Amino acid sequence: MDKKIHAPLDAGQIRELRAGDYVYISGIIYSARDAAHKRMQEALDKGEPLPIDLNNNIIYYLGPSPAREGRPIGSAGPTTASRMDKYTPRLLDLGLKGMIGKGKRTKEVQEAIVRNKAVYFAAVGGAGALLSKRILSSEVIAYEDLGTEAIRRLEVENFPVVVVIDSEGNNLYETAAEKYRRI
Amino acid sequence: MLREVHVEELTEHIKEMCIQVNYQLSGDMEAALNRAAQEEESPLGRQILCQLEENLQIAAQDRIPICQDTGMAVIFLEIGQDVHFVGGTVENAVNEGVRRGYAEGFLRKSVVGDPLERINTKDNTPGVIHMSVVPGDKVKITVAPKGFGSENMSRIFMLKPADGIEGVKSCVLSAVEDAGPNACPPIVVGVGIGGTFEKCAVMAKHALTRECGRHSEIPHVKDLEEELLEKINKLGIGPGGLGGTTTAFAVNIETYPTHIAGLPVAVCICCHVNRHITREI
Ligand code: SF4
Repeated sequence: MDKKIHAPLDAGQIRELRAGDYVYISGIIYSARDAAHKRMQEALDKGEPLPIDLNNNIIYYLGPSPAREGRPIGSAGPTTASRMDKYTPRLLDLGLKGMIGKGKRTKEVQEAIVRNKAVYFAAVGGAGALLSKRILSSEVIAYEDLGTEAIRRLEVENFPVVVVIDSEGNNLYETAAEKYRRI
Repeated sequence: MLREVHVEELTEHIKEMCIQVNYQLSGDMEAALNRAAQEEESPLGRQILCQLEENLQIAAQDRIPICQDTGMAVIFLEIGQDVHFVGGTVENAVNEGVRRGYAEGFLRKSVVGDPLERINTKDNTPGVIHMSVVPGDKVKITVAPKGFGSENMSRIFMLKPADGIEGVKSCVLSAVEDAGPNACPPIVVGVGIGGTFEKCAVMAKHALTRECGRHSEIPHVKDLEEELLEKINKLGIGPGGLGGTTTAFAVNIETYPTHIAGLPVAVCICCHVNRHITREI
């Protein structure tokens, strides 16, 4: 089913989302990938504050290509989520409600999603040109020295994703392949 | 007679090729995508394939790279033995081409200088260069930037001779299953069979640069390619890993003689953004 949601998320919107839903996100989301997650983890270990407020927010696993003049961002598709798995349960326990990436997650992440009533979306990997058109503005807000891996605040409009793991723990990757498996 | 080639010529070509290949896929890949969009059985799968078609149009029209992971630059050079390079070293010239291409083309710089210290080199160099010497006085350049979502799902298996062809099949199928959604399916599967540990890996990578839809000239290898493609597309992984009948566009196999005691198999997985471009100078 096609749905439209607004970010930051609220509990009501998340409850409605089911694995397999095609969802258009509008609002504010944040980009962070490997190196930014590592830094956030180190900050938490030292008891320092994070550069972004996680509460009800969505993190997009993204390292964009450079923007041409006059454009907010370059190519901007998802990166593989599993590399963030090590850091994710802790962020979910701190209030993070959504993630956009591609690929499978660990059992620990799935459990943390259910425990915190959160959601994992997949964007189409390798559709970075198309996805960049749904990003209206982009601003580096932390870890600028990390280049493409810096944390960005992104304003998105009708950003297309698919719900892979919903707040009840239904997992589209597990069920969808079975449906077409003939071997 | 030796033919002199100035290395600056290499640099210019590689610069242009790095840019071109990241904005426009070769015709064979585009044709494979269009065909799949017609034939895919899953409605969600078709929706995703249509997004990928639209993505290619936007990339070409608006000059946005097809994918933000513009890859680590892999370069194959087949150098005619009658060529004499002048003006500098081949390696420096190639890396200079990569450097200029990634800067001028607004491509992402994804290379870290030391794999353990992990500091970005900020110019996407060095590339990975495979050189071979061939007859003649030409230089064949192939540029194939490789994204790491799919590279990370590639595998090497050191089989025993007794494992035979069935062993090879199960290696390929298990690598594809493990890759699942992570490798951005529909994928192209490059397979190297035989040689040594490193030889099969290079063959698997090189196999990805073959035109999509063209088969091996060795009859039993061609049969194996066809059988594996059919089996892979029955796994159900589908576009984006969200279920469907299009998991791979092609299986390309290269083979080489090997040792009496071994059967090395490498499976190099590439996403649907299988970038490869070749020029001869
Ligand atoms: S695996 Fe390929 S399509 Fe997917 S993000 Fe990497 S380069 Fe892009």
